[in-house]
Amino acid sequence: MTLLSLQNMKTNIGQYAVLHDVSIEVPEGGVFVLLGRNGAGKTTTLRSIMGLWQPSPGSVTFRGRDLTGLHTVDIARLGIAFVPENMGIFGGLTVEENMILATAKGTFDPKRLTYIYDLFPALQKFWDKPAWSLSGGQKQMLAVARAIIEPRELILIDEPTKGLAPAIIDNMAAAFREIAQSTTILLVEQNFEFARSLGQNMAVIDDGRIAHAGTMQDFVANSALQDQLLGLSV
Amino acid sequence: MTQVTNGTRIVKAIVLLIGALLLFAPFLFQDVRSIEVAARICIFVVLVASYDLLIGYTGIVSFAHTMFFGFGAYGAAIALRQMGPGWDAVALGALAGVLVSIVVAIAIGLLSLRVKAIFFAMITLAVASVVMVLASQLSQLTGGEDGITYKTPEVFKTAYKLVTDADGKVVKVFGVKLNGKLAAYYFVFATSLILFIALLRIVASPFGTVLKAIRENEARAEAIGYRVVAYRTAVFVIAAVIASLAGTVYAIWLKYTGPDTALNFSIMIDILLMVVIGGMGTMWGAVNGAVLMVLAQYYLRDLMGVAAEATANIPVLPYLLDPHRWLFWLGIIFILLVYFFPKGLAGTIMAKGART
Repeated sequence: MTLLSLQNMKTNIGQYAVLHDVSIEVPEGGVFVLLGRNGAGKTTTLRSIMGLWQPSPGSVTFRGRDLTGLHTVDIARLGIAFVPENMGIFGGLTVEENMILATAKGTFDPKRLTYIYDLFPALQKFWDKPAWSLSGGQKQMLAVARAIIEPRELILIDEPTKGLAPAIIDNMAAAFREIAQSTTILLVEQNFEFARSLGQNMAVIDDGRIAHAGTMQDFVANSALQDQLLGLSV
Repeated sequence: MTQVTNGTRIVKAIVLLIGALLLFAPFLFQDVRSIEVAARICIFVVLVASYDLLIGYTGIVSFAHTMFFGFGAYGAAIALRQMGPGWDAVALGALAGVLVSIVVAIAIGLLSLRVKAIFFAMITLAVASVVMVLASQLSQLTGGEDGITYKTPEVFKTAYKLVTDADGKVVKVFGVKLNGKLAAYYFVFATSLILFIALLRIVASPFGTVLKAIRENEARAEAIGYRVVAYRTAVFVIAAVIASLAGTVYAIWLKYTGPDTALNFSIMIDILLMVVIGGMGTMWGAVNGAVLMVLAQYYLRDLMGVAAEATANIPVLPYLLDPHRWLFWLGIIFILLVYFFPKGLAGTIMAKGART
């Protein structure tokens, strides 16, 4: 069943057309990976889904509901969480305050909190510390934890491995596999090793257009296509 | 919860000490001027703290805070003059001030908080200027430039005896008469304390956390589901209501309300200086800032007079320390404070140990 559908989405930023024609179908459950070179339009796609850039024309539907023209706040309240490329945490607030912001009632569900602590033990350790004092990996953990502190239907994650050490990337992958058991993840990633270890379905965006869409298994098996679209082979 | 550092503990200890001094001020400093200073500190702590809620916690720069203070003061003044010195007039005046403040704050907020900070600041400046001109011109209602003098409830009259002995004379405790002046001071102290505690509760609540998030990054706050304009308008209204109530209390204390005491732009500058000196986004800084500025305004001239006399035999120095140059020295002190305490007194001290 399709959870999120983008149809002929076009986005202009100022006078520049960044997305020309983006159409993808994100099925419910698992990890959908959006791959592409630098500047291909991956981040703009996620920001357009969240309403941070308004796509025009084209449509974005979530569970059949048209998101086009909705305010970012209303999109977030539909159960879509966004973890931006720069992590999007509030450095001046403590880890606890960052987390509490993402709760609807300003209180934590103890079971959910235990789940978060199990996924990211470092957050429990630095619970009352200001977020700016965390390491890069811990900040990324906080950003992801904030997105899942309450059940969400869809999480948009933008390049979570950027600048992280390999050991932390492994931990992050394990956490994403666990999260994907109950939530759909739309992951934008340049680290192909990381992406292939997680994704079931994928699409490649190039110059603001979807150049390829299919299963990760097929894409991994086709090294010529990888070379052509991403300039790499596995 | 905000991280508690040693610096935070020091700042809270200083604020507690100041609170204790203000609580016992009538008994510790038994002259009229000192009580005037203590009452002014109480009211400015609330006024500066409510402004800190705007500028320090939400990043809203407004030049209309004095206007809301004026609404509260004029509300009480007009009601007391029209209805006589009763509690019903105080309540109605306070309510009128609060209602006008809410309406004006919502109107400014909804119309202007979507624009960039600098334009919002200019709009508040323009609205405050219009209100000041109106207060001067609607002289039948506001008393114009002369302002309004009125009587306050009986219990606040200096001649009122709170406790009398067998001979009907007012009782003294530690040499202080338990009279209406004392009641008026404790009315100012108690209402200021309640309003300050209310502000502390607001910033410590989840609502306060959202405000801090908005101050840090509006787009991120929206991306996790917070309507920034609604929150900014709400906080603008809350700050306006608190400022209005502070204005009502000040009007009762002074028994006079005029443009100079309630609407003058110099009050707005004082508030800005106090919040910067104390430390933005700390709430505790409002106490330090208000105490320092009010004490400087009242006592710096005296201090300079003493210093000028003491240095009479030294060339140039008595000339520089002439009490008439107190504003120059106040400016120097302000520059030094900003240089050595870039986050304000409370902000800089509270930041100590924050890395651990």
